[in-house]
Amino acid sequence: MFRYILRRLLQMVLAFFGTTLIVYALTFAGQGDPIQALAGERPVTPAQRAYLTEKYHLDATGVGGFFYRYFDYVKNLLQGNLGESLTGRNIGDILQQAWPVTVQLALIALAVAIIFGVSAGVIAGIRRASIFDNSTLVLTLLVLGIPTIVLAPLAQYFLGVKWQLFPPTAGSDPTFYALLLPGIVLGSLSLATALRLTRASVAENLRADYVRTARSKGLVKRRIVVVHVLRNSLIPVVTFLGVELGNLMSGAIITEGVFNIPGVGFNLFRGIRTEDGPLVVGIVSVLVVVYLVSNLVVDVLYAVLDPRIRYE
Amino acid sequence: MTVQPTPASATPEGGHLLELRDLHIEFRTNEGVAQVINGVSYHLDAGETLAVLGESGSGKSVTAQAIMGILDTPPAFIRSGQILYQGQDLLTRSEEQRRQVRGTEIAMIFQDALSALNPVFPVGWQIGETLRQRAGMSRADARRRAIELMDLVKIPGAAKRIGDYPHQFSGGMRQRVMIAMALALDPKVLIADEPTTALDVTVQAQIMDLLADLRRELNMAMILITHDLGVVAGVADRIAVMYAGRIVEHADVRSLYKAPAHPYTKGLLESIPRLDVRGQELSTIKGLPPNLMRIPSGCPFHPRCPYVQQVCVDVVPHDLVLGDGRTSACHFAQEVRDDSVAR
Repeated sequence: MFRYILRRLLQMVLAFFGTTLIVYALTFAGQGDPIQALAGERPVTPAQRAYLTEKYHLDATGVGGFFYRYFDYVKNLLQGNLGESLTGRNIGDILQQAWPVTVQLALIALAVAIIFGVSAGVIAGIRRASIFDNSTLVLTLLVLGIPTIVLAPLAQYFLGVKWQLFPPTAGSDPTFYALLLPGIVLGSLSLATALRLTRASVAENLRADYVRTARSKGLVKRRIVVVHVLRNSLIPVVTFLGVELGNLMSGAIITEGVFNIPGVGFNLFRGIRTEDGPLVVGIVSVLVVVYLVSNLVVDVLYAVLDPRIRYE
Repeated sequence: MTVQPTPASATPEGGHLLELRDLHIEFRTNEGVAQVINGVSYHLDAGETLAVLGESGSGKSVTAQAIMGILDTPPAFIRSGQILYQGQDLLTRSEEQRRQVRGTEIAMIFQDALSALNPVFPVGWQIGETLRQRAGMSRADARRRAIELMDLVKIPGAAKRIGDYPHQFSGGMRQRVMIAMALALDPKVLIADEPTTALDVTVQAQIMDLLADLRRELNMAMILITHDLGVVAGVADRIAVMYAGRIVEHADVRSLYKAPAHPYTKGLLESIPRLDVRGQELSTIKGLPPNLMRIPSGCPFHPRCPYVQQVCVDVVPHDLVLGDGRTSACHFAQEVRDDSVAR
């Protein structure tokens, strides 16, 4: 197990350099005049141009220059310095403000998926082909079919504006209550998938041979379901939720945008829209690490849950 | 309602320990209704071994699961019949009463121990679970007893292996774990559903020997379900041969092997390779087992039977009593038996 984790960590280093290189290349390699992009419509004086060329090492051109700047960037990154955005703000500071909001939002979404998705999935799996099962299947299909870009404004309009059950937007430094509605909207997609996964897994495990064995041992039905079936059925569900948490932590561009939540996705979107290369690359680099770590945690968790999996 | 006295002895006066009377079971599926069990009757006395023999789909496992009360309903529905255990019909008992019978009175082991054991719990835990849940043992006592049981079924280093998971055992050792689990509550009847089918030939013999020894030591009765005639010979006292959800022949092992009285049994015996007639082509039973949604008229075996006459197509044969407790559900049982002796 230890050797497996070590090997995975080494792979992560490679994956990290690979992805940051690609993102860096995609963001900067195709850019025409970065200084003019920075300045926008306004004219740039020769003095300003000289200063910025010096600052961003823009004097080195071609592929060599690109790698020169990339390694420069990575060197800073490894020292924990994400650099500055084009607007002059420290990217580390931006993330420090944005991340707690996104983490809160992610946890609300995940809690929604677990509390409603997994438990409804268990019931639907046990009572297959019942009214409950069929109605949840239709509902989840509906949720899975509606994109967030439609669902989020709808929820905002009806629950936030019309009936005023929730604050329609979050604003800066949002409260837990303000994040609740966006969290539910964000979690509904995970909820639907978790429900369907749980249902299928429970239904399949109920038919497993070991259930027949448990019955022939004379165990009560409740114990067979709660101990034997659930323990097996939840292995794929926990794996899915682990990956999902990684996804949610990296921010939800649409949901954060609609509800005006100053999270990671919100800032990333702003960076893309304003062609703020350093901001985009900085955020994505950190997201890559979040992804890699959460995937590793899921893999290790999987081995803990299922003794048949041995990473050697 | 009068409370029936529970007999002190295992078998009430004149009755059998376990008796099936005219059991009918059907499977209701989307494609239609399959008549899986069509009037099965057999009995089991204390301390004896009954082998139930038949091809896949003949209904031998379904019958066993009906005895245990672990059939899945739907699709399975017991239409009629009785399952008498110590003189009392299990089919009229409540689910809770039937649960009490499982494990303590009648226990069962299955074909594929790898899938029959829960993959995510250690074997010691799974054996101990029966003891904790059913016998109210403490965790420590259950663990001690689980080691004893694993010793009983001759798993080497039982104390060390108690924390291992099913996938860490070989096929034979896994089946021993299953047996240990089934024996945890000292059942009076052990149903072994194809216990050696998934195993290597050498391991098959070891498991059969173990089952025979344990049955003797613990004075259990055993129902051995198999499709393998070779497995039966050394262990069973009596054999019931099943075809299309019926018992077609019922006899003690010795006379059945010597002179089968049903064409199906005869066909089965002739399809075993023999050393003394090497070089000859192996005889097989032509055709396939019937579709249980469209069981042939008359004798269900008639489309495959070398002895077939018009009467076989028209009339369902009754059990013909041949003496010595032998029966055969064939219109020509005498002829088949005499034929077999002559050869």
